[in-house]
Amino acid sequence: MLRSGILMRSWILMTAMALAAAGTAMAEDEGIPLLKSHADINNIDSLQRGARNFMNYCSGCHSMTYLRYNRMATDLKIPESELTSLMFTTDKSFNTINSAMPPDAVTWFGKQPPDLSLMARARSVDYIYSFLKGFYVDKTRPWGVNNLYYPQEAMPAVIETLQGLQKPVFKSEPDEHGNAKMVLSGVELMTPGSMKPEEYDQFARDTANFLDYAGEPIKAKRQSLGVFVTLFLLVFFVFAFLLKKEYWKDVH
Amino acid sequence: MAAVPESAGPSTSGGLIGWIDQRFPLTKLWKEQAAAYYVPKNFNFWYYFGVLSLVVLANQLVTGIFLTMNYKPSSTEAFASVEYIMRDVEGGWLIRYMHSTGASAFFIVIYLHMFRALLYGSHRKPRELIWIFGCLIFLLLMAEAFMGYVLPWGNMSYWGAQVIVSLFSSLPVIGGSLVEWIRGDYYIADATLNRFFALHVAALPLALVFLVIAHLMALHEVGSNNPDGIDIKKYKDAEGHPLDGIPFHPYYTVKDLVGIGGFLLLFCGVIFFAPTFGGLFLESPNFEPANPLQTPPHIAPVWYFTPFYAILRAIPSFAGTQVWGVLVMGAAVLILFFLPWLDRSPVRSIRYRGPIFKVMLTLFALSFVALGVCGVKPPSGIYPTLARICTVVYFAFFLLMPWYSKIDSVKPLPERVTGHA
Repeated sequence: MLRSGILMRSWILMTAMALAAAGTAMAEDEGIPLLKSHADINNIDSLQRGARNFMNYCSGCHSMTYLRYNRMATDLKIPESELTSLMFTTDKSFNTINSAMPPDAVTWFGKQPPDLSLMARARSVDYIYSFLKGFYVDKTRPWGVNNLYYPQEAMPAVIETLQGLQKPVFKSEPDEHGNAKMVLSGVELMTPGSMKPEEYDQFARDTANFLDYAGEPIKAKRQSLGVFVTLFLLVFFVFAFLLKKEYWKDVH
Repeated sequence: MAAVPESAGPSTSGGLIGWIDQRFPLTKLWKEQAAAYYVPKNFNFWYYFGVLSLVVLANQLVTGIFLTMNYKPSSTEAFASVEYIMRDVEGGWLIRYMHSTGASAFFIVIYLHMFRALLYGSHRKPRELIWIFGCLIFLLLMAEAFMGYVLPWGNMSYWGAQVIVSLFSSLPVIGGSLVEWIRGDYYIADATLNRFFALHVAALPLALVFLVIAHLMALHEVGSNNPDGIDIKKYKDAEGHPLDGIPFHPYYTVKDLVGIGGFLLLFCGVIFFAPTFGGLFLESPNFEPANPLQTPPHIAPVWYFTPFYAILRAIPSFAGTQVWGVLVMGAAVLILFFLPWLDRSPVRSIRYRGPIFKVMLTLFALSFVALGVCGVKPPSGIYPTLARICTVVYFAFFLLMPWYSKIDSVKPLPERVTGHA
């Protein structure tokens, strides 16, 4: 028994080591690392501000075809009176959030502004936060801006009045032949906007947080329910274990 | 336990049970399969994965039925219907996560269940058919999981199906028309989704359930192996019960409850706290609808297929065709069926085997995990080389087995099983 115990432990140890190696192998990434959003899905105030940001600055072009107004109002504790001020006037509260963008918008931007219902799940909440902070002046692009985290993006810098204009920062790096070349390494503020940098950070964080909520409206409830499920299963496990011990005491 | 009559004849009990017993062998079945089915008393941790496979199968069947009630198998509606389940169906999110997490859990418990067989020689005579039924279950499970993955009609569903189905096109002569026949169209389309749905919810689950029943019938016919790999039927008591055996019920039913409790803790941990499991159980590109015009940056099958996918990619094209990789990948699965006849060791369990088998099994397990990692990563850097080395180790484990299992030293077998867990 002791021997097989050692054997089993060595198996488990080996598997754990292999998995750890797999984990490190997967952690490595290429490109500019994303900024940390520190968004909190349980922060209702942040989500409410994010919803307002989205309706004021994003929903003109971006739809959210899987999120209903009334679901959002219930989850984010937005009173009916305030909800109607957020909605497009022709919409009913059971409608989903559809943008005012006509189908031929593709001819304006080169592509239809994407639906944002699941953007936080397809990318990540940190990606959205980084994207919102990643615009910089680039005269070679159709709208005069590019994005650090989504190069060659098609979106005009509609929020530059809030953030201000950013300029790219380059650093020197050796290429494969050892010659120095300039690579894009970050952005810095050139002309300030209507928001202070901290205010804009909060704006981006709240908006990213709201998109995280919109990607999976049940997320906060799922996690809080999970705590009770875990506690129940722990109790179940202990009782099952004691029951097993009781039954097995006559097996020698 | 001794007080319970053993006769398999008509029940003497009255009432409803007695009425049924005269018309259907209810009490007889219960006794034969549980209350008087004798099982070795020394099962350890590894023996939980059989019952856990049943738990996950039941989970998949039940949650699958409820998903079917709201899912729409149409290329224009499938993606939206999954989001409808996630948002508007009462409890739909939980059912969907139970099903999607269950798919990954199925492969985890099945892989560990198969590894248990390798450890203790559960595939050896007289249990060859149990092993073969198990391999068929594994094969069908892979088809079931692949088709299920296509149903949400996300972009990874689409491109995953595109890549996997195209593999058949490398077969000579019939390749092209075979792929067309599978897809039902010239590309992955509505017709493909419809037939995959039919196979996923009706044909394959039915076949799986039949095979699981056959697997269990064959097991109960010959009796379970145990961690010592020795026969417990040699020493019996006055009533003919094995001295080292205990009735499955109540001993292993209560013990399995402990295992199920532990499993559910982990399973629900994933469902409630990490349902995408960092993009391994639900991949991020699958939150974008299928788009035939936009390839995801890196197409990788779900984690449970990646060891075999890595073997496929490890084989270079030769004589102007890629078919070799497909054939070797197929061989990697089919070789499992021959395991009972490849193993020539006089003992079953690793406890009494020599160092060669232990080293080979360790290398095999490590190479399988490493192949899984190689299959997830893009084929650059060290991964192609690593995948080739591991492919060689994978096949060496099986193909050299008739030789090394024979010459390996063995330890003397005990007369009776050692201890109980």
